[in-house]
Amino acid sequence: MSFESYIPSGPIEQKWDNYKAEQKLVNPANKRKYKVIVVGTGLAGSAAAASLAELGYNVSAFTYHDSPRRAHSIAAQGGINAAKNYQNDGDSVWRLFYDTVKGGDFRAREANVYRLAQVSESIIDQCVAQGVPFAREYGGYLSNRSFGGAQVSRTFYARGQTGQQLLIGAYQALSRQIGLGKVTMHNKNEMMDLIVVNGKARGIVTRDLVTGKIESHIADAVLLCTGGYGNVFYLSTNAMNCNVTAAYRAYKKGAFFGNPCYTQIHPTCIPVSGDYQSKLTLMSESLRNDGRIWVPKTQGEARGAAEIPETERDYYLERKYPSFGNLSPRDIASRAAKEACDDGRGVGPGGKGVYLDFADAINRLGQSTIEERYGNLFEMYERITGENPYKVPMRIYPAVHYTMGGLWVDYELMSTIPGLFVLGEANFSDHGANRLGASALMQGLADGYFVIPYTLANYFAKGGIEKIDTSIKEVRDAQQQSTEKIQSLLSINGKRTPTSFHRELGKIMWDKCGMARNEKGLSEALIEIPALREEFWQNLTVPGSGEQLNQSLEVANRVADFLEFSELMVRDAVERRESAGGHFREEYQTPDGEAKRNDEEFSYVAAWEYKGEGSKPELHKEQLEFENVKLATRSYK
Amino acid sequence: MNLRLHIWRQTGPSDHGMLRAYNVNNVSEHMSFLEMLDVLNEELIEKGEEPVAFDHDCREGICGTCGMVINGRPHGPLSRTTACQLHMRSFKDGDEIYIEPWRATAFPIVRDLVVDRSAFDRVIQRGGFVSVNTGNAQDGNAIPISKIDADVSMDAAACIGCGACVAACPNSSASLFVAAKIGHLVALPQGKAEAATRAMSMVLSMDAEGFGSCTNHYECEAACPKGISADFIAQMNREFMKSVF
Ligand SMILES: Cc1cc2nc3c(=O)[nH]c(=O)nc-3n(C[C@H](O)[C@H](O)[C@H](O)COP(=O)(O)OP(=O)(O)OC[C@H]3O[C@@H](n4cnc5c(N)ncnc54)[C@H](O)[C@@H]3O)c2cc1C
Ligand code: FES
Repeated sequence: MSFESYIPSGPIEQKWDNYKAEQKLVNPANKRKYKVIVVGTGLAGSAAAASLAELGYNVSAFTYHDSPRRAHSIAAQGGINAAKNYQNDGDSVWRLFYDTVKGGDFRAREANVYRLAQVSESIIDQCVAQGVPFAREYGGYLSNRSFGGAQVSRTFYARGQTGQQLLIGAYQALSRQIGLGKVTMHNKNEMMDLIVVNGKARGIVTRDLVTGKIESHIADAVLLCTGGYGNVFYLSTNAMNCNVTAAYRAYKKGAFFGNPCYTQIHPTCIPVSGDYQSKLTLMSESLRNDGRIWVPKTQGEARGAAEIPETERDYYLERKYPSFGNLSPRDIASRAAKEACDDGRGVGPGGKGVYLDFADAINRLGQSTIEERYGNLFEMYERITGENPYKVPMRIYPAVHYTMGGLWVDYELMSTIPGLFVLGEANFSDHGANRLGASALMQGLADGYFVIPYTLANYFAKGGIEKIDTSIKEVRDAQQQSTEKIQSLLSINGKRTPTSFHRELGKIMWDKCGMARNEKGLSEALIEIPALREEFWQNLTVPGSGEQLNQSLEVANRVADFLEFSELMVRDAVERRESAGGHFREEYQTPDGEAKRNDEEFSYVAAWEYKGEGSKPELHKEQLEFENVKLATRSYK
Repeated sequence: MNLRLHIWRQTGPSDHGMLRAYNVNNVSEHMSFLEMLDVLNEELIEKGEEPVAFDHDCREGICGTCGMVINGRPHGPLSRTTACQLHMRSFKDGDEIYIEPWRATAFPIVRDLVVDRSAFDRVIQRGGFVSVNTGNAQDGNAIPISKIDADVSMDAAACIGCGACVAACPNSSASLFVAAKIGHLVALPQGKAEAATRAMSMVLSMDAEGFGSCTNHYECEAACPKGISADFIAQMNREFMKSVF
């Protein structure tokens, strides 16, 4: 097991170049002899699978979706960052790097972030070449907008559907390779386990969701591009099927899990409307370019928004953070909303909402400009709430959105299991304790298009990967365990549905490990979660069989992992006795309620090692060195 | 509100399938249509019955996973709205609602409301892309693209690949889907180099997959949750003719 970040030598500006100059290569004729398994075909996975196939590797890709085009990446709305400085407004690779490290509350690894900022420019070029219809100005040049946590305009976008267009670009590149026979695509196949042979990742066990068939696939390297685990909270902005299973099972096979407690709560989502609620809908951060956030100044205000005069409104972000205003970073904006609502000044049912108001922007720019910029988001809002946001302000509330935590990886994106690489939201790498808007799409594509093609070659060229086939014990055992797991889920014959457990777990997590956390609540969660898990294994019911499409079985299989993983998250949240970014421990705050870091003791990445069922996981620490950015209290005032 | 649902149940591709009736009570107008089905499914599971299989994921109208014919209309009564974005305020107490899968030869039924749409992927694999390898690209601003062209391209690229166009068409044609891809790419300079081969091979592959041909019913345009215009079909036909001659 290796737990070393392998950051290349040299000044930060030269590290990636130095790496590329010194790395080992695989000669073109040999590439097809290497088989690579890519699990997940969102932005990270599709980009990686396509790029590796173009290079000549023998690629197999897997997704539980019926097509790669359905991955959760498709739902990203607002945009993708890149340090192009097309606006001439002072942007640079350095500034994107700096903003990201600061935005992450100084809990990210500098070298990775710098590389991300460097390759960001190539991403835009690549996407334009693929035919991504980015927004353009009348002169024909690419248009930009602003996102939170930055004072430059560096976000590229395609209406309110940026993720869709980027994923379609990557999907088309992947489809081209499938058509050429360079990628074997396995849709509707869910990874059940990782196969580890002699300490190296050598394959996966999958279940065909239509036939129920459980199979083993072996390879020379495995790439996990399986997305984030925000659905551990049940209600989140993630697509319904997002889950932690692939990452968690790799963790159980020896991959360390990095910073599991770092979750992002997005400030602008449509509030919960009832118990039946199945997911939450994001209203893109880009809306904060033109929308103003406010609550009434007085508690228990009964008047509608229109009747409340200007002087009786509290534009709290503009008041508290004048230099960033409505574009303050997500963690800060979310907490400020919670604070206002906890103070009894929230609006809408249950007082769990704040206004996002476009009246000023409509007066200034005209309704048609606002429609052009955000038309589809306004429509979406109206469809869900039945209210017209051109006439009355939107009501929004924070919701779980993204997970900065993920499997721990080194500079090469390799986990602690040699041969297991982790890309995109599934890894922990670049966003520290808080991700800035429009940076996840950038990171997923950076990992897939521009990092893994280099670092994977270095791994292969080092050699030492022996020939194996599916008849060996490790493979048979892994397959057997997966088969038994499915059988056991089907044979409990209790009374409760898989979703009912998921919902209950989500409530525990939101109440005790959500936007604000404290020792007491976390300790309670550490008792409640195992109890719920026990009930799950005694009282679950899953109708139907394992030999055909069985959606409750799929849910049950994923919820089983959430019920274990959640405990790891809580443990991590307990251990991190400081507040940093999205991790707000109530015990550690400044007098004016801001997150209070403790750099002396907690300037590290928490990397958790699985120690077997019933044993406590072991915490390893990767000390973070800040050589280029000065550690400072994050201020957006 | 209380509703009576008639839902298509079919255990697998070889089963015959039939409509079965279910009552759902106390439905809130704020629920989405799929949340209403969730409520039914939870009740069925608790009774030990198999829930209704239906596809869904984002529940935001963007992934294209959901798809069902509701009272005879793909995605239901609201125009430009996917089934997942339809809310129960579009219905009223006592309504009878018929829910069926997409029906088309090229989309075999997997189970209940779930169909196999992999034919769409195969059509894309035959040319729905720009042949550029990672790393080949020049600067993103090197070729200015007029805002008008970029907007037209985006109008077509908004397709979510749900298959409602096929389900709505009396001939089960995939013309709108294929035309949207051709229209997305041909509007941009990057997509022009391969325009002829793309049109040719995508159109031929659409036929080979068993989709019917277009006889100008425009049902596809009416059913498309993204409002993609049937004008793209005329453009596709022109591109196809150009590729033949
Ligand atoms: C509503 C919303 C809006 C967003 N907007 C933005 C934005 O504007 N800008 C931005 O930068 N970021 C945004 N984000 C974040 C960003 O979209 C995601 O972080 C990013 O797309 C994740 O990409 P990915 O490739 O890592 O994973 P995903 O796109 O989640 O893909 C995961 C893939 O893994 C597969 N998979 C998972 N588990 C298994 C398994 N066990 N077996 C087989 N396959 C598996 C899935 O099928 C899927 O193909 C947004 C997120 C949300 C929720
Ligand atoms: S579930 Fe994604 S479009 Fe309906």
